[in-house]
Amino acid sequence: MLLRSPSLASEEPPPFDLKGSLFTLTVLHLFKLDRVAIERHLTEKIKQAPGFFNNTPVVIDLEGLEESRDGVDFAALYELLKGCGMVPVGIRNGNPKLQAVARLAGLPLLPESRSVGSVKKAEQGAEPVAARGRIVNHPVRSGQQIYAPNGDLIILGTVSAGAEIMADGHVHVYGLLRGRAQAGVRGDLEARIFCQGLEAELISIAGRYRVSEQIGSDDWGKAAQIRLADDRLIIDHLTR
Amino acid sequence: MATVIVVTSGKGGVGKTTTSASFATGLAQRGYRTAVIDFDVGLRNLDLIMGCERRVVYDFINVINNEANLNQALIRDKRVENLYILPASQTRDKEALTKEGVEKILHELKQSFDYIVCDSPAGIERGALMSLYFADEALVVTNPEVSSVRDSDRILGILASRSRRAEQGDEPVKEHLVLARYAPERADRGDMLGVDDVLEILGISLLGVIPESPTVLQSSNAGVPVILEEGSDAGAAYSDLVDRFLGKDLPHRFLVTQKKGFLKRLFGGN
Ligand SMILES: Nc1ncnc2c1ncn2[C@@H]1O[C@H](COP(=O)(O)OP(=O)(O)OP(=O)(O)O)[C@@H](O)[C@H]1O
Ligand SMILES: [Mg+2]
Repeated sequence: MLLRSPSLASEEPPPFDLKGSLFTLTVLHLFKLDRVAIERHLTEKIKQAPGFFNNTPVVIDLEGLEESRDGVDFAALYELLKGCGMVPVGIRNGNPKLQAVARLAGLPLLPESRSVGSVKKAEQGAEPVAARGRIVNHPVRSGQQIYAPNGDLIILGTVSAGAEIMADGHVHVYGLLRGRAQAGVRGDLEARIFCQGLEAELISIAGRYRVSEQIGSDDWGKAAQIRLADDRLIIDHLTR
Repeated sequence: MATVIVVTSGKGGVGKTTTSASFATGLAQRGYRTAVIDFDVGLRNLDLIMGCERRVVYDFINVINNEANLNQALIRDKRVENLYILPASQTRDKEALTKEGVEKILHELKQSFDYIVCDSPAGIERGALMSLYFADEALVVTNPEVSSVRDSDRILGILASRSRRAEQGDEPVKEHLVLARYAPERADRGDMLGVDDVLEILGISLLGVIPESPTVLQSSNAGVPVILEEGSDAGAAYSDLVDRFLGKDLPHRFLVTQKKGFLKRLFGGN
């Protein structure tokens, strides 16, 4: 779908295009309006995977929200989530009254998506449906291959030589990176690789790669970030 | 409840069968009822190292196929009480090794044994996968060289993802490292990886270091597990390994180059 802004009488090119597009968004299923509890749980999540909510757009789902006489202070909720690195972009479900209040706070109602039954799952502590990342709690051994589609891959442990980790988004390794790591495998030039010790067989971002031979001895074994700049792979040391 | 222990490595010829034989013998010597199973269908040699090859009537596959019962197939060790060997088939093909069949046998063995030791074949094919699938603990046998360590890493990945414990989300298989055929002087010279190098790569706890020793080949030719060989350093290392497995806190021996004696120092030579 391509909606060109109607060209006005003049021939000058329009200042913008409107295009429809599909996005994967994180949905926050809100069950209870307990500020303190929300903040505590989010802080806990962030502690497990720092940078996990890095300006992540989220949709607030009100389906499972328990009734409360005081209504919902969406402005305060917005600030709270913002403070934890999320950017609320709208709401989903909820009764018309809540929807009206949300709209006033700048949070429009988004149409129902197709994943039903997700509220139940979230209640049981399962992963949210639109998980943007994948966290692996163990070392990745030779011969194993792990891919995080649509998001980041976070490895809590060492990635052995002969192992391969890939993500559409960033790759984080809280351990030594000795195997192959590829970030932005579907072409995201902004994707990066982070690791606590760079001894990789191969590092690649959006298809631009270096093999271990091309990693300088100055960078070898260092905590590092790998990013693309002008189509070149750059290795920066991470300092503490 | 019996504990199932797989002795595995990925790479061939690193000392799995040698380790299985001595480990099982050591457990039985210490009073535990122990069965050791040869999963190397087609290449059986556990019975050779255990010195019972001339008493094999039925094998593992016979029992799986209901052609014999366990009591008929288990061979009682003549030297050590409480020790039984379940030999592999020399002739049959590996397809007979089914998950259901292995489970049935292990279940039955668990009723009357304390420890069940599974000697894995090399590689990561069916036999190796079956031998580790039901394991509670694993002895990962590694030689101090890069290819062997790499294969052990691979096996550790399989233990963590494709064992029954992994599939059912139970407590993971407990992993122990056995560094076999270790020659300190070669490690010192840099011809081989050192103990620390291997530990650093694999990141699991060290159960034992078995020195490279000519008595291993001699005793396996004689059909005697090396742990029964008096005065053998490899045998002593296996003995320590068994004690450590059972919870004793013993220092690792055979890690450093033997000091040369006075005469050797005087006249040189190795
Ligand atoms: N500590 C040691 N010192 C010297 N030789 C050893 C030692 N351990 C094993 N060996 C020798 O290495 C060879 C292979 O040993 P073994 O059969 O135990 O290995 P394996 O891992 O079971 O092999 P496969 O993969 O073929 O089943 C044998 O000849 C054995 O005598
Ligand atoms: Mg063998």
